[in-house]
Amino acid sequence: MTFAPGQTVGPFFHLGLPFEAGNLLVPASHPDAVRLHGRVVDGEGAGVPDALIELWQADPSGRVPRETGSIRRDGFTFTGWGRAQTDGDGHYWFATLTPGPVESGRRPFFAVTVFARGLTDRLFTRIYLPGDEPDGLLDGLEPDRRATLIATREPRGLLFDIHLQGEGETVFLSYPRQAR
Amino acid sequence: MTTQADINREIDDLRGSGGPQPRRDYPPYRSSVLRHPTRDLRMVDPEGVELWAPCFGAADIDDAEADLTVQRSGEPLGERIVVSGRVLDGDGRPVRHQLVEIWQANASGRYWHQRDQHPAPLDPNFIGAGRCLTDGDGVYTFQTIKPGAYPWRNHDNAWRPAHIHFSLFGTDFTQRLVTQMYFPGDPLFELDPIYQSITDAKAREMLVASYDHGLTTPEHRLGYRWDIVLSGTHRTPLDTEEPLR
Repeated sequence: MTFAPGQTVGPFFHLGLPFEAGNLLVPASHPDAVRLHGRVVDGEGAGVPDALIELWQADPSGRVPRETGSIRRDGFTFTGWGRAQTDGDGHYWFATLTPGPVESGRRPFFAVTVFARGLTDRLFTRIYLPGDEPDGLLDGLEPDRRATLIATREPRGLLFDIHLQGEGETVFLSYPRQAR
Repeated sequence: MTTQADINREIDDLRGSGGPQPRRDYPPYRSSVLRHPTRDLRMVDPEGVELWAPCFGAADIDDAEADLTVQRSGEPLGERIVVSGRVLDGDGRPVRHQLVEIWQANASGRYWHQRDQHPAPLDPNFIGAGRCLTDGDGVYTFQTIKPGAYPWRNHDNAWRPAHIHFSLFGTDFTQRLVTQMYFPGDPLFELDPIYQSITDAKAREMLVASYDHGLTTPEHRLGYRWDIVLSGTHRTPLDTEEPLR
């Protein structure tokens, strides 16, 4: 069965997609909150001021959340999903919890979707935590490509830049059921 | 400045070159030049959280958000329409109780957005954003007005065909889709590098709604039907509604 093609999110997605506290998967004041942040940059290294990042993740125990309430957050329920638009410098940030491994022994990651004006279709990637567990995706990549998928630990969080193109271009993913 | 004739030639040169999904590298759409990945996408088997989609529920949304004509004190200007259809996964199963979000220009082709400088009038009674959840059969329905075509700065005298932006989720993370719904018979289709970034004609047509007189209500609004097929889920039908833990 053929599936519907994507189209760019365009320059006016702020009208329909962002919502209050979309980037706060937990309140920034939560004792275990980490700031996951970075810049989205284009092929010339310029910040992309009209990108949108979606984050989907397990909780610290590795459980996949099934709770509703991402759009109207109650401040207590961890739904595992959030949305952040970039600012004028291409910077995005989330307040969230560090995900645990969904299957034991696997390296935890955040699942990420990237949208932007100029991107004809959304892109998928993963943000891995620093670590040394084996991983089927990371272990099959050249070291310089692998490095694009691993966040850098900071005193109060995790840094992850997204390079849409060019030097240090982030590894973007496709999945078997999307094969043509 | 690049003319429409220049863009038409570029569109013609790339016709049929990209398969059923849009080309990420599509120079006729100028903003794509520095923003598309140049490396091939890396194929990976989804695992863990990627086998699940976020859940949304009645508490996330007001019923009134599905009617874009009642969000302000008065009636918006323009042609009242209803847009309805089913969200299906790649195996034809309905995507139930899942979030659908839309945004669009008003009847004169102006967005309620500070970056839209098109000197067409804003309508104080139309913002142009809506949300709903699909029902138990995967059906969504929005009441709105037909958006206008509008100019943009891609090239000289560039105009976008009238469209409604749609944001959709499936039952796993990999099915996420943001796309645009168009109206049948638009003369701007052939000229639009965003629509034509899908270089396969049959695939493009999947984004065009059908006029449906059965959805039209007498003396009130015209009906358009648009069914949306997402890619296939990576979970098997036998999987339960709860993740393994």
